[in-house]
Amino acid sequence: MNLHEYQAKAILARYGLPVPAGEAVANADAVASVIQRLGGERWVVKTQVHAGGRGKAGGVKLVSSVAEATQFATQWLGNSLVTYQTDAAGQPVSRILVEACSAIERELYLGAVVDRSSRRVVFMASTEGGMEIEKVAAERPDKILKMTINPLTGAMPWQGRALAFALGLSGKQVNQFSQLFVTLSRLFHEQDLSLLEINPLVVTAAGDLLCLDAKVNIDGNALYRHPDLRELHDPTQEDAREMAAAQWDLNYVALDGNIGCMVNGAGLAMGTMDIIKLHGGNPANFLDVGGGATKERVAEAFKLILSDSKVRSVLVNIFGGIVRCDLIAEGIIAAVAEVGVNVPVVVRLEGNRAEAGRALLAASSLAIIAAASLTDAAQQAVDAAGGVA
Amino acid sequence: MSILINRETRVICQGFTGSQGTFHSEQALAYGTRLVGGVTPGKGGTTHLGLPVFNSVQAAVAATAADASVIYVPAPFCKDSILEAAEAGVKVIVAITEGIPTLDMLICKMRCDELGVHLIGPNCPGVITPGECKIGIMPGEIHQPGCVGIVSRSGTLTYEAVKQTSDAGYGQSTCVGIGGDPIPGSSFIDILRLFAEDGATEAVVMIGEIGGSAEEEAASYIQQHLNKPVVSYIAGVTAPKGKRMGHAGAIIAGGRGTAGEKYAALEAAGVTTVRSLAEIGSALKRRLG
Repeated sequence: MNLHEYQAKAILARYGLPVPAGEAVANADAVASVIQRLGGERWVVKTQVHAGGRGKAGGVKLVSSVAEATQFATQWLGNSLVTYQTDAAGQPVSRILVEACSAIERELYLGAVVDRSSRRVVFMASTEGGMEIEKVAAERPDKILKMTINPLTGAMPWQGRALAFALGLSGKQVNQFSQLFVTLSRLFHEQDLSLLEINPLVVTAAGDLLCLDAKVNIDGNALYRHPDLRELHDPTQEDAREMAAAQWDLNYVALDGNIGCMVNGAGLAMGTMDIIKLHGGNPANFLDVGGGATKERVAEAFKLILSDSKVRSVLVNIFGGIVRCDLIAEGIIAAVAEVGVNVPVVVRLEGNRAEAGRALLAASSLAIIAAASLTDAAQQAVDAAGGVA
Repeated sequence: MSILINRETRVICQGFTGSQGTFHSEQALAYGTRLVGGVTPGKGGTTHLGLPVFNSVQAAVAATAADASVIYVPAPFCKDSILEAAEAGVKVIVAITEGIPTLDMLICKMRCDELGVHLIGPNCPGVITPGECKIGIMPGEIHQPGCVGIVSRSGTLTYEAVKQTSDAGYGQSTCVGIGGDPIPGSSFIDILRLFAEDGATEAVVMIGEIGGSAEEEAASYIQQHLNKPVVSYIAGVTAPKGKRMGHAGAIIAGGRGTAGEKYAALEAAGVTTVRSLAEIGSALKRRLG
């Protein structure tokens, strides 16, 4: 689960970490009072969306008057921001973060992830602050410093000092950085994060460290033990169809093609998309109906797939393990009739009682094509969608 | 011969009396697995499916000499269950449950490594040595005893590979689902190492998917240490970047972990790769003759 910048910074502040003074507003009228409370002469106004690249897209602005800040908020609130990380429709803006402006001396990068190879939380630091870390990793891997956290000891101050010296920090900054590093690691573990980025972490003109931006992702599997974090979920930032799918325990991801897919199992669902592509077609979606492909869930899955007007055919690929294919066939027939599916549906059933399932499909009066094999199914679905794209 | 489990393996089930534990224990018993009891705290001393129920894994091991455990408890309690089994001396732990927090798995993996425990899963179909022992949720009847070792991050893709190797007449030595999570208890390499030493395994089918670099690491191991034919399929060539494809671990993050990178590494290591999952069996025939 992703957090907004203002939510992430509130958590950092709760851990006593240095973040700019600021407040998030939901309507433009509130901007003036925030600026009055912050004081100063210049402020930064930032659109709050779950996407990077806001600055380049015009979603972050340095302002020097209440009027200018209010105008920015009026312009963006209720609209969508399109960045290189979003789709063409962009992400809706429902909050603007108004912050005090900081004089910046240097920009650094500090981030942490769960590293799959070492099976540890690993921190990364770089002098190339403000840049995308993936870009730094690709172009200047020598510029990325890494520090692995032992789960037994947690992050140690010496590790923070080692990073601080390597980043060229000096004086009071060394201990500031070390404390920041240890605290961020504690936060990462206590709050079950999957990703944390302070980019940039700046050295101010006064020589102090400040977390100028913050990105936090939380492990969705751990939300049950963080009810307060669950409250921070912003459904407006998610794809509406993916959200609807989740309510039925369906895993759905929209793609660009015209062949809808319904499959049991995540790996097989990807494999089905791949085999469609291999036969010259284009999958319209990823959809895993899971192990218990009941009539109700199959019907919901059809509704989701057909809510995409590009879909010209549907490929249903089920490997019946414990579940019986004849029961699944009955579910498919009932769902196709109930939902009123008006595009060709190619069904490949394999595994437990597959023969009986195929016979049921063949006997139905609906436009269901029972395929003999997976390859045959992919070919028929591609043909039914109008041939090779 | 086989890896991890065989007809001698004495299995207990954690979460034995729950609906999942009950259903799959019945299936395992029907298959012939030597299920010797189960654990449900508070129900110790009772009987379930004709087998003794214990309050703790320690008590179950003491009474039954179990050496493997399968876990069906809900995700919030899995860390506790895995560590309980590991500390009780169980050497093969199979965690079926989906949705275990990643940081819980870091701890479980570390402790299991220290104790020399093979932890399989979580979020996996389990392990089966056909005709001998089935631990998990896979359909037993598609398997045949034979010579192909299968290791996979995906459940239903494993079944596809099993069916194709059965249809081709090779059968399987042991099939291991390592699961779709970012931090699995066993990696591809952990299982490949066992297949390398197993006399019954003449060839290996390895099924990967997008996300992480476990397939690349496996490729390096295969090139240096595995003198058996390997056929590999990687799911997710068409998966978009930055989107989680069902499994928690199946995500192309920061442009890394694509199917293309994995195919390239495996091909460079001499692995026979197939771009269609329907061609696993035919590729094996080319390698085994």
